[in-house]
Amino acid sequence: MKFGIVVFPGSNCEHDIYHVAKHLLGHEASFIWHKDTAFAGVDCLVLPGGFAHGDYLRCGAMARFSPIMGAVKQFAERGGMVFGICNGFQVLTEAGLLPGALVRNAGLQYICRDVRLRAERQDTPFTCRIRPGTVLTIPIGHGEGCYFAPDHVIQELEKRRQVVFRYCDPKGEVTADANPNGSLHAIAGVCNEKGNVLGMMPHPDRCAEEVLGNADGRRMFDSIVHAWTQARRNRI
Amino acid sequence: MATMRDPEVTRELARQEGMTGEEYDRACALLGRTPTFTELAIIAVMWSEHCSYKSSRIHLKKLPTESPRLIQGPGENAGIVDVGDGIAAVFKMESHNHPSFVEPYQGAATGVGGILRDIFTMGARPIASLDSLRFGAIDAPRMRYLVGGVVAGIAGYGNCIGIPTVGGDVVFHPSYNDNILVNVFSLGIARAEKIHKGIAAGAGNPVIYVGSRTGRDGIHGASLLASAEFDAESEAKRPTVQVGDPFTEKLLLEACLEAMKERGVVVGIQDMGAAGLTCSTLEMAARGGAGMDIDIDKVPLREAGMTPYEIMLSESQERMLLVATPESEARVRALFEKWDLEAAVIGRVTDGGRVRIAWKGTTVADLPAAAVADDAPRYDRPHARPAWQDEVQRLQLERVAEPSDPGAALLRLMTSPNLASRESIYQVYDHMVRTNTVVRPGSDAAVIRLKGGTKALALTSDCNPRYCYLDPEEGARLAVAEAARNLACAGAVPIGTTDCLNFGNPERPEIMWQFVRSIDGIADACRAFEAPVVGGNVSFYNETEGRPIHPTPMIAMVGLLEDVRAALTQWFRSEGDAVLLLGEPGGSLAASEYLAVVHGLEAGRPAPVNLRGERAIHDAVRAARDARLIVSAHDCSEGGLAAALAECCISAPGGAVGARIALDSPGRLDALLFGEAPSRVVVSAAAGNRARLETMLHAMDVPHRVLGEVGGSSLKITVGKTVAVDLDAAELRAAWKTALPQVLRK
Repeated sequence: MKFGIVVFPGSNCEHDIYHVAKHLLGHEASFIWHKDTAFAGVDCLVLPGGFAHGDYLRCGAMARFSPIMGAVKQFAERGGMVFGICNGFQVLTEAGLLPGALVRNAGLQYICRDVRLRAERQDTPFTCRIRPGTVLTIPIGHGEGCYFAPDHVIQELEKRRQVVFRYCDPKGEVTADANPNGSLHAIAGVCNEKGNVLGMMPHPDRCAEEVLGNADGRRMFDSIVHAWTQARRNRI
Repeated sequence: MATMRDPEVTRELARQEGMTGEEYDRACALLGRTPTFTELAIIAVMWSEHCSYKSSRIHLKKLPTESPRLIQGPGENAGIVDVGDGIAAVFKMESHNHPSFVEPYQGAATGVGGILRDIFTMGARPIASLDSLRFGAIDAPRMRYLVGGVVAGIAGYGNCIGIPTVGGDVVFHPSYNDNILVNVFSLGIARAEKIHKGIAAGAGNPVIYVGSRTGRDGIHGASLLASAEFDAESEAKRPTVQVGDPFTEKLLLEACLEAMKERGVVVGIQDMGAAGLTCSTLEMAARGGAGMDIDIDKVPLREAGMTPYEIMLSESQERMLLVATPESEARVRALFEKWDLEAAVIGRVTDGGRVRIAWKGTTVADLPAAAVADDAPRYDRPHARPAWQDEVQRLQLERVAEPSDPGAALLRLMTSPNLASRESIYQVYDHMVRTNTVVRPGSDAAVIRLKGGTKALALTSDCNPRYCYLDPEEGARLAVAEAARNLACAGAVPIGTTDCLNFGNPERPEIMWQFVRSIDGIADACRAFEAPVVGGNVSFYNETEGRPIHPTPMIAMVGLLEDVRAALTQWFRSEGDAVLLLGEPGGSLAASEYLAVVHGLEAGRPAPVNLRGERAIHDAVRAARDARLIVSAHDCSEGGLAAALAECCISAPGGAVGARIALDSPGRLDALLFGEAPSRVVVSAAAGNRARLETMLHAMDVPHRVLGEVGGSSLKITVGKTVAVDLDAAELRAAWKTALPQVLRK
């Protein structure tokens, strides 16, 4: 399968995604420059972490105007897998591909550390190999990761089961202490209604191999590959 | 040839530019005439302490630079060491002290930006940074503001540009109340054949300016801010501090690496750091034995009306100068355009070795590059041991009361600013981006894997300013020994050193004495560990109104692990594991953290290091690890054996674990628990491996003893028959973790 990695000026994690896709999963991966207006042959599009356009304005606010974003939207509308991690998540919300917004962490500081996530649903291509209720350890690295949306939007999200990951304690309980950034409803990751677009603040790309001390993130990438394999089989 | 508005060049004007009378005469003699105003400014900055190393150069020659692994020693933008498999490690440490004291956020941020440019200008991609910070007493005026600003500046720049900050060290000491230190280390990786240098060659080749436009910021950063001591007017120097833009630097980094990756495009490249365009043009020309004709009307400017003087001295950030081949001019433009960066051809390389600067059709400077760059004055400044040295080395221990409750003393030490957990600092640094960080901050050394193979590099930085103050030579030796020990505790072999030598005013004989002695100590120890000094930086004039900082020769060391899976961490792992000490148990209270924290005393001579014995301990740690006999190793330094054991119990990311330790008491209890000495490492081993480990250590003739075992919920240290320490490990961990944020928040 082929991963396409969108590179904005200021993207920092494009090589990290590339490493996972190419060297750990053994699949194809290529970079897509933000000034391009089209791409082809991509099975899963990844918007990586970083500081697109420096994020001097609101995070992701500039990136949504990058020429590539039209093609990203079309790809998502056609049902393609779109995976935004950290800054990629911020870009997806700014671009209107995902609801809500990421605002300054409640503690007003950037935080880099491991957090626990509870997987909330299995029927997405990104989590199809992870049972609901599973607790994953995944690192975060962000200053603006506090998920926010108006009440009615949050209610809708919950009703439609669009919350894919929540911050939790090691036992899987959602507690105030386990929420690193003040996200509403402890939301760490959300998907669109169809489930083919996922954004999350934590970095599965930073924990996808044992040498880094933790391979929990690998389970998400394995899910993506599994979903792709299944879809291809169904088509045949 | 002078421009209309330029002031007349006189000795007095030269003095205002930071030159002495003799230096002015030397400049006149060199040119055979009176320099123009622009020339005077260029020479003054090139001959400033910061750029010329005029007070330190004759002493720096004593540092060992030879190694079979050496690719590039001192004199380039960064040092380079071969790590095998065609991979070169490029690294350097630099100071950004004065700017950070004047404006902490931007000072620290541009410190990070500057060192990163030094790395990628060599064709290497930066993969990790360390920050060595020295702050004053937390309650000193502005100190919380300075700590907050510096940490935020490092985070702001490093996180945005996407280079992980994986470690470093922080020390609080009142000698830095009016002059904090911000030393930044960065490491990059390059294919050995892709290394580039800061050299101008090939007459007719275009000289291309890339990156940010030039503004009026940072003028005189090198000559007046970094090369003079502080006084009450220092606040007025704020405009000499530059403003950083990490996003532009990120673009510059990617664009430069793309350009250097292509064959036959870049001939030479250098960043514009201290002294900006002046330093880059003259140094590149001097290294290549060439000259340059520069038309500064072509320099992209941020504002109109800048004079040649301002353009040549601006220290605007995120700029590089490169020399390209004539046929690749268009290619360079296209590459930088891709990244929305400006690239302007501002001149040509010439034969003959003169750098000529033209402005509005007139020549405003015409200088012999090599003479100005390399023939700066050299000073053998007088140095003398200060009379007070004997006095501070005197310590009357009989007047120091032993603690009635050693457990309480340990708790106090572990929650004191210098021993408390640094988590609240390193957590605001992205230390995981690029997914190479195998051992994160919080252990003796960070370990960074090299993708595509099995190797890894370990990084550490160390310097105990109290040791260096009380005994500069031994203190420097101890700093190197500790750095090497930290690498050994990660399972790595030292392969290279970079230093950042922070001292007071070199024109004072006692400061110069501290400097000269420190160099001797570093040279001696780096030889013993075969860790050549491949580059570094000297920062003098770290004093305010006659109060110098403690001498601070910061040592950053890089180590190699052939197998990343052999990386060790400092914390205990499993209940029942045996705890052993490699080295001798008794330490010295002289110069100890305990004496300072508990008794408010800074006195005595630090325990000296036997370099051969020290190295034997390191070899033993590595051998035990290679034989898979140990599961943790931790350097025993500030706070002594008790603090080291406490750290082994409470520093694991997953939580605390207890230990049962039994010691014999040969003398004072506080010396046994908190006394400091080099050449000591606490290791832990599975119970089943203990006998084999002991046999091996015995065969290697390394002093060692079993101290006890991991287990229980408390750290319990029994001395003879009495329980000296019994602290709940989880509570100790919580207190240790919250101590620093608590005092910084006040």
